[in-house]
Amino acid sequence: MTSPAKPPVITPYRRLDPKTQPPLLYEPYRASVERAPRKPLILLPQTLSEITGPVYGHGDIQATDNDLTRQHAGEPQGQRILVTGRVLDDAGRPVPHTLIEIWQANAAGRYIHKADRNAAPLDPNFSGTGRTLTDAQGHYRFVTIQPGAYPWGNHPNAWRPRHIHFSLFGTAFATRLVTQMYFQGDPLIPFDPLLNAIPEEKARERLICKFDPNLTEPDWALAYRFDVILRGREATPFEGQ
Amino acid sequence: MDYTPTPSQTVGPFFMIGFAGPLLISHIAAPGVPGERVKLVCTVFAGENQPVNDALIEIWQANAEGKYNHSGDPQEKPVDPSFLGFGRQGTDDLGVCVFHTIKPGRVPANDGSLQAPHLVVGVFTRGVLQRLPTRIYFAGDPANDSDPVLALVPAARRVTLLAQPVPGEPETWRFDVHLTGARETVFFDI
Ligand SMILES: [Fe+3]
Repeated sequence: MTSPAKPPVITPYRRLDPKTQPPLLYEPYRASVERAPRKPLILLPQTLSEITGPVYGHGDIQATDNDLTRQHAGEPQGQRILVTGRVLDDAGRPVPHTLIEIWQANAAGRYIHKADRNAAPLDPNFSGTGRTLTDAQGHYRFVTIQPGAYPWGNHPNAWRPRHIHFSLFGTAFATRLVTQMYFQGDPLIPFDPLLNAIPEEKARERLICKFDPNLTEPDWALAYRFDVILRGREATPFEGQ
Repeated sequence: MDYTPTPSQTVGPFFMIGFAGPLLISHIAAPGVPGERVKLVCTVFAGENQPVNDALIEIWQANAEGKYNHSGDPQEKPVDPSFLGFGRQGTDDLGVCVFHTIKPGRVPANDGSLQAPHLVVGVFTRGVLQRLPTRIYFAGDPANDSDPVLALVPAARRVTLLAQPVPGEPETWRFDVHLTGARETVFFDI
């Protein structure tokens, strides 16, 4: 067919340390026994397909999409909170203008989802979803309410610690991340198999936001800081073979 | 400062509330985008053919010229600003989701040869703590035989990466994802 082009210059994204990431199969998380692939992953040297990826423009996001307390006529129930932080790469460089999507339960621990059978009330003033873009320095900010803990069927008397789901794209297919943010001091944290699937304690702590009195807005909202680190690129490009 | 990347967590069962809206994309290519039209019917299974009704599939692809709509693609080829190349859908009660797109062109491999036409795919689901990266190739494409990524896969498992044409349904291709079981799909460590 077509003659070979000039080899593209590929600067791959650095690989992750398995001690800092959850494995696919973790028996205490029952659903992983049913669903986690058993065969080893095949190591794929990144190509142009993996070092590119979807990038969103400002047109896709409304200015108020980052305020989950103002999506309905009334105020949602619960403690108003700010969640702010930065998205950085693994060299500490900001990841600017990148999309963050979040979703969460309401103050009573109930999602506005047809499959959620938790016997807790819905809140007509809370949908629990938001999105924003980081600014030029990688900063983001959400206004929301403190989500409630909720029961799930994983093991007897299993409750998820309070958490907010985060989804980030970063700069490439290789940097895509879906994770969950937890709250400092939550008594359910030591019992949660999703968080405890991550081998290193230091890595688990990266998913726990920090209360920050300086960011708190007096008489209005508590504030928590949560930075997200995405994969960064190798120092040297890879050209040809 | 410690800048170790943030750990992944499962997308859980309720992600659709977060992804509903403008960024849930079934029509990757609008009518009029150049290229061979493809209707891609994806089904996700666990165990022995149990449909998974709470999986999320994301797709990233090049245009018909093999060029990505991204600043990291150095090829001197035009991009169509109306074609981003991204799709995202959740599976329904039968484990199915559908994308309307075009067959991508051939993208350069790292040695300057050309990869076979492929879509890169991320599968997310309750029960899996990380995204599962895979690829969709097109069964019967002669370029598959020389594709450097397919060559990394044991021959007997390559079939798990091939979309198959659906007989009697023009432009329609079927791609099954088996999370587990005898026909487990090949997933990549990228
Ligand atoms: Fe949740």
